[in-house]
Formats: sequence, structure tokens, C-alpha cells
Amino acid sequence: MAAGYGFDVRRPAENAHEAIQWLYFAYLAAVKEQNGAAMSLGRTSTFVDVYLERDLAAGTIGEEEAQELVDDFVIKLRMVRFLRTPEYEELFSGDPTWVTESIGGIGRDGRPLVTRTSFRYLQTLYNLGPAPEPNLTVFWSPQLPDGFKRFCAQVSIDTSAIQYESDELMRPRFGDDTAIACCVSAMEVGKQMQFFGARVNLAKTLLYAINGGRDEITGTTMIHGLEPVTSDVLDYDEVRRRFDAAMDWLAETYVHALNVIHYMHDKYAYERLEMALHDREILRTMACGIAGLSVTADSLSAIRHATVRPVRDETGLVVDFEVEGEFPTFGNDDDRVDLIAVDLVEQFMRKVRRYPTYRGAVHTQSVLTITSNVVYGKATGATPDGRKAGEPFAPGANPMHGRDHRGVVASALSVAKLPYADAEDGISLTTTLLPQGLGRTRAEQIGNLVGVLDGYVGTGGFHMNVNVLDRALLEDAMEHPENYPQLTIRVSGYAVNFVRLTREQQLDVLNRTFHDGL
Amino acid sequence: MPGAIEIAQFFPCDPRAELEGEPRGCIHSWDISTGVDGPGTRLVLFLSGCPLRCRYCQNPDTWARKGDEESVAEVAELVRHYRPFISLSGGGLTLSGGEPLLQAEFCAAILADAKRAGLHTALDTSGFLGQRASDALLDDTDLVLLDIKAGSEAAHRRLTLRPLAPTLRFAQRLAQRRDRVWLRYVLVPGWNDDPSEVEAVATFAAGLGNVERVDLLPFHTLGESKFEELGLAFPLAGNPTPTVDQVAAALAIFRRQGLPAH
Repeated sequence: MAAGYGFDVRRPAENAHEAIQWLYFAYLAAVKEQNGAAMSLGRTSTFVDVYLERDLAAGTIGEEEAQELVDDFVIKLRMVRFLRTPEYEELFSGDPTWVTESIGGIGRDGRPLVTRTSFRYLQTLYNLGPAPEPNLTVFWSPQLPDGFKRFCAQVSIDTSAIQYESDELMRPRFGDDTAIACCVSAMEVGKQMQFFGARVNLAKTLLYAINGGRDEITGTTMIHGLEPVTSDVLDYDEVRRRFDAAMDWLAETYVHALNVIHYMHDKYAYERLEMALHDREILRTMACGIAGLSVTADSLSAIRHATVRPVRDETGLVVDFEVEGEFPTFGNDDDRVDLIAVDLVEQFMRKVRRYPTYRGAVHTQSVLTITSNVVYGKATGATPDGRKAGEPFAPGANPMHGRDHRGVVASALSVAKLPYADAEDGISLTTTLLPQGLGRTRAEQIGNLVGVLDGYVGTGGFHMNVNVLDRALLEDAMEHPENYPQLTIRVSGYAVNFVRLTREQQLDVLNRTFHDGL
Repeated sequence: MPGAIEIAQFFPCDPRAELEGEPRGCIHSWDISTGVDGPGTRLVLFLSGCPLRCRYCQNPDTWARKGDEESVAEVAELVRHYRPFISLSGGGLTLSGGEPLLQAEFCAAILADAKRAGLHTALDTSGFLGQRASDALLDDTDLVLLDIKAGSEAAHRRLTLRPLAPTLRFAQRLAQRRDRVWLRYVLVPGWNDDPSEVEAVATFAAGLGNVERVDLLPFHTLGESKFEELGLAFPLAGNPTPTVDQVAAALAIFRRQGLPAH
């Protein structure tokens, strides 16, 4: 392919121009071979920086040309979406191609891995305008240089196009040559791969448990050998027991299905080129995941702390719930419900680990949904927390919309309790802030966002999308999409183009807690 | 009707609470906020009870001193829980209300405890009960968020049903002590937005020498539903909120006095 464009990539790149060209060829070849499916870029900015700084020192290019090379590379990466098949749009609208690039972090020797090219990559969001791709991911540590932190916070406030992941959690596990695969999952560059496992719907499983294995929408029996709850008021211990049995079935079915999928995938669509750029012996992970964590935790909290009466149809199928009384909800830093969520993460991971995986892959789990929280919600009946049938779940590990009434910090602290050791594929939190919610002056807003990120990462938080915008702007964008071709917002692990979302997804974004003040 | 607020509601608190043993206090609620109640991300305790009856009040539910009595140890536990996040984010603890100085001994104990834990502390007060603040309490307070509601006695009484003089005396005491102060001014069209009112506050504040900045807060009507819930008429129902130009004009008055105003 490279020869077709007139380049001989068998020899080493001799300057920054060639280094970027060679890098792009490698990326293009690999992504072409898989129809534009999700493929991360890696951690290239600091690598490319070596070439750029050498050329700058030699005087063969100036800063303007250095930035232009980076800008041009990013333009190419933004165009990758034209390679993909249309089926993607149905589940993942908004243009995500998961060209995730990891920036920053701290080396094992304590040196920050921030270079001038880290800034140049972020600067593309100003030069080219905000866009979902490449998916710029900053490895955050309170030890990062202050100037870089403030620049990141400024770019977040101006573009909402950065996600943050905790370098403090990743470095001890994966070392400092780590990048993000897919959208949130950390792995050692060239030494690891992930068998993608999407996620299972935990909230629907809870409804199966209550209905003795019958689907709450179709009435069909999905899990055999389970007894339905017959009482008039749901009893917490009984529901937990039945839920446990339903999760056993789920974990077994899930791992088995993933094994079949990845065996057949390797057989018929093995990514030769991508794997040729990896070590011969690599660590594989089986990346399982859960959707609907907060809705499930809130449902169990309602059953435990309030009175929940199932509403049954003529066939005895529970199709709705009446909730009486108050109950604590996930997202308020309240252990009474947060520990239920923690327990669910640990419990399901334990169950998944019981089943052997294809090629001996290490079991991992994620709590991130991408935009599919809307699709999962649509396919799930009413839940005991008062959520109506078909309503979206919260994205990723987020608290349910409007239930995190103590503000974004308490909300983040609830999410930070989820154990990374049992969710190493990633725990995603999406926050949406108004600029005024960060302070009165721009300098203050930047400083305060730096503080929030330091606080979140310093207290065990793993991932945070930061959207800084105002509600009126989004409403206007829904009515006049033609005026906002570049409006980018962050959802679970990546950024999407707002005007390309479906109307349902746009409303979902709007209804997420708008934090007037943090 | 504005007159529906009864003066008799002013001091429902039990004075015995402050008399013996370790002080206990009433906390209406708390939250964690950023960039609103002092620098950085802060744990904000809203203490219940307030001697003022500001017509624009957005928290009339904090007027009465109601709620569970909490010990200093219980509050200290809450502070300890949030300390890691707050310290890392460069924030601190803010006592707000209601009027925190209505429970001055309780405040003093909480602030002393927070200082021992190495936290930055702020006190959000109208200054009306400034006399109750001991020097020890102020020593343990890193920043006073002083709300001055109007520039003249007459406007202040119209707006809050209470005199302005005690607040000004407190401000002067803080100035003598060289305590750091951020001044807050809620701009309410028709009540305290006359240039003479704003000018009086700005001149006074600039003369103190310890006012580091002025936060101008445009009046809003978000508190209206709380009045309804309490069975009270919202005194400023239908009152306009300030226009962008009105806000700019007030900011300009403060800035002309050399005060950084936002």
C-alpha cells in the first residue's frame, strides 16, 4: 500500500514528516483491513515528539510547520470514519471510530511524559475545530506539570473534547508504556490485546430474576429452572437470592457466547496486520462488561429501603412496580446504596471468572455503555427504582439522571468507590457542567476544573468525560443542527457529534443532570 | 404580600443549646460545590436559622432554626470524609446558612477542628450578628464571605427588615484585624440597584482595604417555590431580574473603586 503511494516504508523514517507518514500508513493499513472498526492509535504524541524536536533543533522546520504536520495527521484520522460499514450507526451514532490517542501521564522514573507534541495534539482542537476523533485521552495525575494541567482544563472548557483517565491507577498495573484500547480500556502497548465483549444488561437480569426467568416484555421463558417472586411486596433477601441465580446463568451464557464469537472471528476475520505490529506472545483479555449498574443498584436500594409492590398482568408477569417511600440513590456518596453497586461489580466479576475463556484470555469487566445505554433501556421493562419501561439507563457507571442531587463531586465519589481491580476494562463517568458552575472568572474555572480532576483521581476515580456547555446551546442545536456541524460532546468513553445523535439520544443528553453548580 | 413575613419568626432557636457542655448545632443541609462559596471545591454546611428576612432569599427554608442537633464530633466526621478530595482540589470548608453566627459557639468549634485538620476555612455571613464572632473564631477563619445587602440604612431595612449598621461595624472590625474578605452583593432591580446604593457599598468596601474581590450576584427567582412550600408569599414575585446592562453598570461602579468585581 505504501509503495502504491510512492513510499518505501522498509527503511526507517528520517524526519518528522516521514515518521508521521509511516505512522499513518501503519494505522491506515490496519484499520482498512477491519472495515473501519474501533482501533486505537496508541501513545504516539511523545514518540513523534522526538522527530519533531530533532527537526526543529536542526532548523529544517519551524513551530508552524511542526503544528501543521500534527494538524494534517489529525485530519487524516478524522476521515477514518468513511471506511466503516453503515451498521455501526445503529448502535453507535455520532461518528465514533475510537481512534483513541493517549497523552500525558507520568513515567515510572517520576518524569512527566508530557512533551510539546502533547500540547500540539490538543491544539488541533483549536486549529481544526472540536471533533469527536481522534479520541484524545489525557492520563491524569496530580503530579502532572501545572501548565499542562491548566491547558487541558482550558481545552475541556472550550471544546468538551477530552476524556481523562487515572494514571495513578493504570501505571502500577500496566507500566508507563500504556495506551487506551477501544475507548477506555488500558493496556500495554504492543503486548496486549482485548477480545471485545460489549456488555450484558444487569437491570434486565434483575427483572428476569423477579419473573422466574421470563422476559418482562415478551413473556417468553429465557432462563429455565427459576421460580418467580410471588409476594405482594418485594423482599430484599429473596430478590438478591434469585438475582444471584439469574446472574449465574448470565455469566455462563455470556462467556460461552464470547468464546464462540472470538473463535469464529479469529477463524474468519483475524486482524493480521494489527497483530503483526504486536509482540509474538501477548496477553489477551476477555473484556466483559455490564450495563445498567446504577439503575440496578437503585432498584435494589428501593426494594431494601422503601416498599416496592410488583404489578402483574393476567399471566402473572410483573410488568411494573409501585414504589412507596424514600430510598437512597447511587450518586450521592451514600454507602447504603453505593456499596450495593460495589457488590454487584465484584459479584458479577467473580461469576465471570469461573468460566474458561478462548485462548486463556484474562477475564476483565467494564462499566461503560457508550451511547448504547439508550438501546439497552429501550429493551428493558419498568424497574423497581421507578424508571419507566423503555427509558434509557444512565451511561456507563453514571448515576441515574437527576438522582445525584448533591452535585457532581458527590456523584463522582460514588463512582470512585467502584473497584478498579474488578473492572480493569474501565469504569466510565460522564459529567456535564455549565462553565459558570466552575467559577466566576475563566482563570478560576480552569483552576477549579484542575482541582476537581486532581481530587477525583487522587481519591480513586478512574475515568471522567468532561462536558462543559449550557443547556440552551444544546436545545438550540437540536432545533438548528445546521448551525452546529462541529458540536462535540463526550459520552461514555469518547466524544460524539451532537447533531448526528438521534433525537432520543439528544434528549437523553439534555436530561442528564445539568450541574448548575458543581 | 411582602408583609406576610412575621418578625416573630426571627429567633425561634433555643438559647440553652449554647449554654452548657460541648456546643451542638442545627445544620439544615450540606453539599459539595465548586467555585461558588469560596475558592476551589468546598464542603458547604448550611446552618439553620437566620435573623434577616431578605425579600429575595433563595433559602427561606433555612430561616427557622430547625433540624437535627448535631455535635461537633459528627460534623468533624463529615469533614474528615471529604478532606482528601477537598485538599487535593485546593478547596476547603465553608460555613453558610441561614446565618451561621446565630450558632457562633458551634461555628467556632467546627472551624477550630477544621483548622486542626489543615483545611482552608470560610465563613459566609451577613455580618448582622458579627458581634457574636469571637476573635478566636475569626482567627480560625481564613476567608470571610461578607454579604452586604444594600448601601443605605433605609434600603437595607426595606430589603431585609433589619438594620445595616451591625454589618458595617463587623466589616470594620474585620478590616482592623486584616482578615481576608470577599464581598458579595445580590443585585435586585428596584431594591438596591440604584447607583447611589451600589456606590455607597463600593466606597465603603474600598475604604476598608481588606476586600480582595466582589462577587456580584444577579437576583433570580429560583427560591420562589421554596416560599410556596413554606406557605409563604414570595415577596418579590414578579420582580424583574437584572439585565446584562444593569449588571455591567453595577460592576463598573465597584471597579471604579479599584475593587476586582465579577
